[in-house]
Amino acid sequence: MPAMNLFFYLAAGVAVISTLAAITRLNAVHSLLYMVTSLLSVALIFYVLGAVYIAALQAIVYAGAIMVLFVFVIMMLNQGPQAADTERLWLSPRTWVGPSILAGILLAEMVVLLHGEPAWLPGDRVVGAKEVSVALFGPYILVIELVSLLLLAGLIGAYHLGRREPDVHGPEGR
Amino acid sequence: MAVIPLEHGLLLAATLFALGFAGLIVRRNIMYVLMSVEIMLNAAGLAFVVAGSRWGQPDGQIMFLVILTMAAAEVAVGLALVLRFHRQYQTLDVDAADRLREQA
Repeated sequence: MPAMNLFFYLAAGVAVISTLAAITRLNAVHSLLYMVTSLLSVALIFYVLGAVYIAALQAIVYAGAIMVLFVFVIMMLNQGPQAADTERLWLSPRTWVGPSILAGILLAEMVVLLHGEPAWLPGDRVVGAKEVSVALFGPYILVIELVSLLLLAGLIGAYHLGRREPDVHGPEGR
Repeated sequence: MAVIPLEHGLLLAATLFALGFAGLIVRRNIMYVLMSVEIMLNAAGLAFVVAGSRWGQPDGQIMFLVILTMAAAEVAVGLALVLRFHRQYQTLDVDAADRLREQA
């Protein structure tokens, strides 16, 4: 159905434009806004492709959790007396109107998709959470173990790097 | 039913990957470097999901889950490194750390 293809191409255009904006903005917060839009548009593309479970995960983990980490770090590194002025600058409409327009396109697409006829259901074949989970805990059980080890290693690594050391080089030098 | 050509999905993934790579090469701020890596990982995951949906199999989505987890672990370690970097050099310019060993 051509209408479904239109959803894909519109979201693809939003993804490319917002990614391009994300890597060219000079202010880190501005490019984060565009980056969230880009990740959300990829989530919509996943939905159109029939990967509904992955679409939800993309929105929650990528556009949610990972971007929140970026926001935390950027805000942490921006402390200082001029922080309030910077905040005021970031709240100006020029900052958020671009990402808002792009995100509005995605929202409109999502509303139309969710209220569409059943024939508009995504993908030529929906591969939902059940099939993914059956495969994940069947033939791919080793992947789960590897990924959990990876997450543990990431946790320990981030803790080790992030802790504040008393004095790296000590009084007696290296 | 929607049948998006495989080539178009892969083309989009390649475009996003190229944009992320360009950002990685061009930008010198370490936050942008990390964000570009995220874009590239996401584009690789998109390619997996596109290919998986072409055959109607869940394997592509499982590979996306692996990439998602790897991106989460990578960004946690990367941002811890950024904080460390900022504490040591008082800047976010990656070129500030172009020596393996501190100058005496």
